[in-house]
Amino acid sequence: MKENTKAHFMIAIISFLLGLMLVAQFRSVQTDGNVTSIQRAQELSTQLKTVTEERDMYKRELVELRNRITEYENAASEISSFTEAMKKELEKVRMHAGLIAGTGQGVVITLDDSILPRQPGEDPNLFLIHDEDLLKVINELFAAGAEAVSVNGQRIITTSEIRCVGPTIIINSVKLAPPFVIHAVGDPEILETALKMRGGVIESLQVFGIQVSIKKQDKIEIPAYTGPIQFKYLKPVKAGEK
Amino acid sequence: MLYVLIGLLLGLLIGFYSPITVPTIYAPYVSISILAALDSVFGGIKALEEDSFDINIFITGFFSNALMAGLLAYFGDRLGIQLYLAAIFAFGVRIFQNLAIIRRSIVKRLFLKNNKK
Repeated sequence: MKENTKAHFMIAIISFLLGLMLVAQFRSVQTDGNVTSIQRAQELSTQLKTVTEERDMYKRELVELRNRITEYENAASEISSFTEAMKKELEKVRMHAGLIAGTGQGVVITLDDSILPRQPGEDPNLFLIHDEDLLKVINELFAAGAEAVSVNGQRIITTSEIRCVGPTIIINSVKLAPPFVIHAVGDPEILETALKMRGGVIESLQVFGIQVSIKKQDKIEIPAYTGPIQFKYLKPVKAGEK
Repeated sequence: MLYVLIGLLLGLLIGFYSPITVPTIYAPYVSISILAALDSVFGGIKALEEDSFDINIFITGFFSNALMAGLLAYFGDRLGIQLYLAAIFAFGVRIFQNLAIIRRSIVKRLFLKNNKK
């Protein structure tokens, strides 16, 4: 009988250990997993909705204000030849900055994720389009003399970022998902050959089965940059000043 | 059967009131040692039912099982094979086997009592 109580005691100790480990494990799994409450998620989603609505409102306002500016400019250009010259100069600078929509001959490149059957053990990341791939293509286009480039309707300007955000790519603070349609205005022949260069961008993408199509077109429409422009830190240095 | 529940409850209570957590990296090892402990508890009860319980065998069994399972998990991680599945499988099968034996012996005992009455 004494042997028996000893045995009971031992088993109780092991089950005590079991209980301890269960709690510890339970706790670590719980803190590990996402335990965002539904309430918090709803709160955030309503917040997001109001902010998005606000943004859209401001966007419309921005377009309206820009239209009014062009009206004023048109009115001003009629006053004298001097203001007209200034307006032309302004137009050129705007074109360079990507603030006005444009049209011209060029190429349309469509990039989409790979459809190659994946071998087990292979990194699936290799078969998706990343920010780097887009950057390379756009870089190549500019190097080949493209005058304006847009990706899925987002005009690439001097401060445009191209960055991975989860499964999407963000350009001009807008999330984009594949397929990516890149419009580029420039000499279509040069642009196409630059991309199709042996050992070039397209070839390195096609190794992983990423679908690339390049179409030359006589008329490509490039949208204007619609986001806000503000300089908080940069101040111009006037010519002749030191 | 009561002592198992008492031990388990004590463990759970103390676990809740003390701030022990497992780092995420060691979570798989702990889950395997939980299985080992579960297996040991069932094995112990089975041995009690069969009147073949030996404390030394019980304790060494628990620690060697837990150690071996941990080692398997560790080497599995290193080799890129999910070796801990072997431990989970073995413990799982054993737990159910022991459960069946315990159930049989309890049922038999109850019926014997009933027959005597």
